[in-house]
Amino acid sequence: MPKLIKDRAVVDDAWTLVREGSIDELPVTPVIIPLGLWQQHRDALHERRDVGVWLAPSDDPDALAGDVSSLPLIAVDFPQFTDGRGYSTARLLREKYAFAGELRAIGDILRDQLYYLQACGFNAFAVRSDRDAAQALRGLDDFSDNYQATVARPLPLFRRRPEADRDVATQSS
Amino acid sequence: MYRYDRHDQRFIDERVAQFRDQTRRFLAGELTEDEFRPLRLQNGLYIQKYAPMLRIAIPYGLLSSAQLRTLAHIGRKYDRGYGHFTTRQNIQFNWPRLEDVPDILAELARVQMHAIQTSGNCVRNITTDHFAGVAGDEIVDPRPYCELLRQWSTFHPEFAYLPRKFKIAVSGSPVDRAATLVHDIGVHAVRDQDGEAGFRVLVGGGLGRTPIIGHVIREFLPRAEILNYLDAIMRVYNRFGRRDNKFKARIKILVKDMSIDVFRDHVEADWERIRGGPGAVPDEEVARLASFFDAPPYERFDGEDASFRAALADNRAFSNWVKRNVFPHKVPGYAVVTLSLKKTGVPPGDATSDQMDAVADLADAYSFGELRVSHEQNLIFTDVKQAALLALWGELKALGFATPNIGLLTDIICCPGGDFCSLANAKSIPIAESIQRRFDDLDYLYDLGEIDLNISGCMNACGHHHVGNIGVLGVDKNGSEWYQVSIGGDQGEHASLGKVIGPSFAAVDMPDVIERLVDVYVERRHEDERFIDAVRRLGVEPFRERVYAEAH
Repeated sequence: MPKLIKDRAVVDDAWTLVREGSIDELPVTPVIIPLGLWQQHRDALHERRDVGVWLAPSDDPDALAGDVSSLPLIAVDFPQFTDGRGYSTARLLREKYAFAGELRAIGDILRDQLYYLQACGFNAFAVRSDRDAAQALRGLDDFSDNYQATVARPLPLFRRRPEADRDVATQSS
Repeated sequence: MYRYDRHDQRFIDERVAQFRDQTRRFLAGELTEDEFRPLRLQNGLYIQKYAPMLRIAIPYGLLSSAQLRTLAHIGRKYDRGYGHFTTRQNIQFNWPRLEDVPDILAELARVQMHAIQTSGNCVRNITTDHFAGVAGDEIVDPRPYCELLRQWSTFHPEFAYLPRKFKIAVSGSPVDRAATLVHDIGVHAVRDQDGEAGFRVLVGGGLGRTPIIGHVIREFLPRAEILNYLDAIMRVYNRFGRRDNKFKARIKILVKDMSIDVFRDHVEADWERIRGGPGAVPDEEVARLASFFDAPPYERFDGEDASFRAALADNRAFSNWVKRNVFPHKVPGYAVVTLSLKKTGVPPGDATSDQMDAVADLADAYSFGELRVSHEQNLIFTDVKQAALLALWGELKALGFATPNIGLLTDIICCPGGDFCSLANAKSIPIAESIQRRFDDLDYLYDLGEIDLNISGCMNACGHHHVGNIGVLGVDKNGSEWYQVSIGGDQGEHASLGKVIGPSFAAVDMPDVIERLVDVYVERRHEDERFIDAVRRLGVEPFRERVYAEAH
């Protein structure tokens, strides 16, 4: 079974990613389908609790506004890691639409982007199949904190500085 | 100036460790060229024509003497003993070895410097007025806000893979000394009708192959909302900016294609969502940042220094230098001094390691141990006693930094060009030098007054040729180097883009071309009329006629 980083651990990935296909060909096991297929068959698929949807970089997360409370998983595709649109997509899903399920980065997912992806709200990473997920896991710890308001830490550092100072002091004592 | 606390220091130390590991993996073949490229670019490392080039950030142009000494040391130890100050308040080293770069970054981190996001498709070094804090016309000191923006943009997780590079400039004064109208975002301090200070925000300006003057997206933004508003702009750009064609990927093209009104609607809608949220900047944070920029311990003087006044009267060479290179200070008895890096025969913006060390010593002796880098590629001491100007002038002359040409025709803005840069179509430094040699008569230069001459070796416009009163652009014609000339460009609050006067010229003709342009100005100017104003009044035609009259 392919490996996945989820909630900071390497786990077996039980979900099948369907890049394209028809409703009739979907596996009966957990499946992640394209937004277009979901939109055509939303009513039929809603019964299943094991269907997730993936968004392309140009897909508007607003298309899932009505589904965020029921979908167990949303994936965001990065056809190339240099295409940064998915970072904003993730952030909007978390902050604007309050999506609380698994948010998974798929596609050209590599170790050196994991820290930023996590900061933008992803909690699962389908690391590219030719790379070792266990090695990539280290990328989540490239930095110990950041300046900005992020999904992972909603308060920017300037609202936490005194408190963060105390934490650092405690750690070093 | 701003000093790192343990958080700031930890972030850049973690960055050095990250890049050291990335470099190791690249050299071990674990990262491909394509995978490594964006990572090294976001640490300032280009692979250039002859060697890598490392661009180090000088955040909003501020340097301490200790930092400058470190740059001198890096130039000596890892390079060929010199560096090049750029038009975006950075410094570049042209000959480091890839393997050494993690060590260079570690040395920089020890003096609170870095090369983070000095290239790549991300938010670049924040730039501002090189007279920030000492100019008398300031509405808001831009430096605390620049530091706020530096922190906000550093490792911003959402905006590290934008469609293209992104440049932000801040001006605290009505007089714009930071070229904010030709940046992706320009932030201007303004007052509303109640006298409250805030920001006017401009978007979509830029040079490059499609030069555009920025549009006002918001006339008045409360200061506390600056980060939320910039987040909203960046988010719209990140989502909708073109990624299919790198030449159409800058925000200026998106704003043009969407129209500023539609673009604004998107931004304002997203801002409404996040307005007042965690990204709103509390007054205490601004006060904390501002405390780093408190005025140095000035001595009290009543009016102008008598010895200075006497020296001005007695010494014509000194008074010429004061006239061109010294700017008034808001505190009585003090002055702002520009060190010209535009001596004839030296590439504009270049300084040797020995010169950097000497400048660091002078900064300690004359200007509270700090200096600035201007986007015109000069260095600035902001806090010099008038009584010390004569002595400082002597020291600067010995160093070759007292050329009294600030703002004059020979104070040329110039990119590294084809001598160094793999993007360039043509050399730029030899053109600058040939023009400087032609105009070597200082009296004549003074008589000509202010003329900005900007030279770029290609249409990426690192030499800001579009906004030069005279702009020179290197072009490639069937493999040989030619130069296209424009006139009428201007930077600042009346920014305008130059118009091309006609077919391009060979390098050898360039001094003649510039001389003819200047001749037309001298013959037809009104009293006290600057070159740019004469071009605006006369139009391009009389200049064009003269230049092409006999030459072709």
